[in-house]
Amino acid sequence: MIGGLHDVLMPAGAQAQAILALWHWLLPICTLVFVAIMAALWLAVRRAPRVAQDDTPDVSSLFEREPKVTRTVWIAVAVSTVLLLALLAASVFTDRAIARLPLANALHIELTGYQWWWAVRYDDADPSRIFTTANELHVPVGRPVIVSLAGADVIHSFWVPSLHGKKDLIPGRDATVSFRADRPGIYRGQCAEYCGYQHAHMVLYVVADAPDVYERWAAQQRKPAVAPVNDEQARGRDLFVAKSCAMCHAINGTSAQARNAPDLTHVASRMTIGAGTLENSVSARAAWILDPQQFKPGAKMPGENLAPEELAALNAYLGSLS
Amino acid sequence: MKGGRGSVVFVAALAALAACQREARDFDAPTKSVTAPPVRMSAIQPGAISTRTTLEHNYEENAYALSEGKRLFGWYNCNGCHANGGGDKGPALMDNVWVYGSDPANIYATIAEGRPNGMPSFGGHIPDNEVWELVAYVRSLSGLASSGAAPSRADEMHVKEPESQTDRQTPVVAAPSGASERP
Repeated sequence: MIGGLHDVLMPAGAQAQAILALWHWLLPICTLVFVAIMAALWLAVRRAPRVAQDDTPDVSSLFEREPKVTRTVWIAVAVSTVLLLALLAASVFTDRAIARLPLANALHIELTGYQWWWAVRYDDADPSRIFTTANELHVPVGRPVIVSLAGADVIHSFWVPSLHGKKDLIPGRDATVSFRADRPGIYRGQCAEYCGYQHAHMVLYVVADAPDVYERWAAQQRKPAVAPVNDEQARGRDLFVAKSCAMCHAINGTSAQARNAPDLTHVASRMTIGAGTLENSVSARAAWILDPQQFKPGAKMPGENLAPEELAALNAYLGSLS
Repeated sequence: MKGGRGSVVFVAALAALAACQREARDFDAPTKSVTAPPVRMSAIQPGAISTRTTLEHNYEENAYALSEGKRLFGWYNCNGCHANGGGDKGPALMDNVWVYGSDPANIYATIAEGRPNGMPSFGGHIPDNEVWELVAYVRSLSGLASSGAAPSRADEMHVKEPESQTDRQTPVVAAPSGASERP
């Protein structure tokens, strides 16, 4: 199974770094408060006078003031308030640090959450340079990225812990999240708001590459799908547009232009299929096409009952779409 | 004795729940046509009259299948001509008028085979069980499916009362209203 870094404690961007710094305050302070409360509880239990069953209960505190106890409570309240306010202040400073990311020359990406996959559209001032992919965000290292978030059906949540905190994708509400990857690598993201049966199989990979590598990738993604180079691939393409595939998927350069499911124009360039469910290998693709419900029950893709040679042809065509 | 009666009621309630098909989700529906009953174009039959048109599965009692039908109705652009059931270039589906019959088998044939003057033929392009989900949903548009299982809300802006609130309409086979006005 494909890996990728998925770790709040290993930040790869300035904002995840700021969130980690807050965590470094939060953890000791909360530990301190917890330990102090447990110690006070332990002391209270230990110092409570032991009584026999027949003794009359000591209710003297109902009639006499207890200045010592009152003072202790006030000290505890004051210390807690100061510590909580300190955390509040730290949180404000963290928010400021996150918001202060310089956004000059930012890359603009539109991310739409579907049950249960991610549509990724790379925006550009020149419409001919806009392209669409799915379940993978490729970003250049060191360049800020503004991601517009939209939920297509239910609420999803964008969460790539190595780069930023969580942000919900709510249908009908616009939201953006901006981040910058400072180190090359593969960062694993995950839908972080329960969105239905296959919520766990809704993985988003962020691939941070050197700028020239990213530009090469983007140039390839902008091209229409490669034409079949042999008869088998041509038969695969004909099957794709004639069978149920074309009812939901798109492959640019063919008549398949539906937008209900991931764009497959360059599907062979992706690491996984089914939004991180399976590795993108020949055998996994074949098994997936025949019966996706076996791997991702409830997914909106139906199985396609293909003859073995049809499956091989379709798989060969999909494998050529790099 | 009192406890005995209670447990009988409890077991009966459990049995009723077990028989409930409303929430069943069938993710392993066969991808090939299995039990499509024949669509009869003639009233004359050899031998005894066979009236069998009901289906083996019961998608019209099943909330998941009905809501999947509603989703597919949008995905496969049925809305493009039938406009949420109100009708546009294609006939209205929320009224009681059926040009090609209201039985599930009739609607199945209409979707799978297509009809003159614009209804595309989806046979072979979408899986069989999805056609049946669409059939169940189309029937729910005029209240012919179980109101307890039909969708009670839409993901998009509501344009009409939900299918679960639609009154059951008595099907009439007739040419669509306004057909003569069309070119």
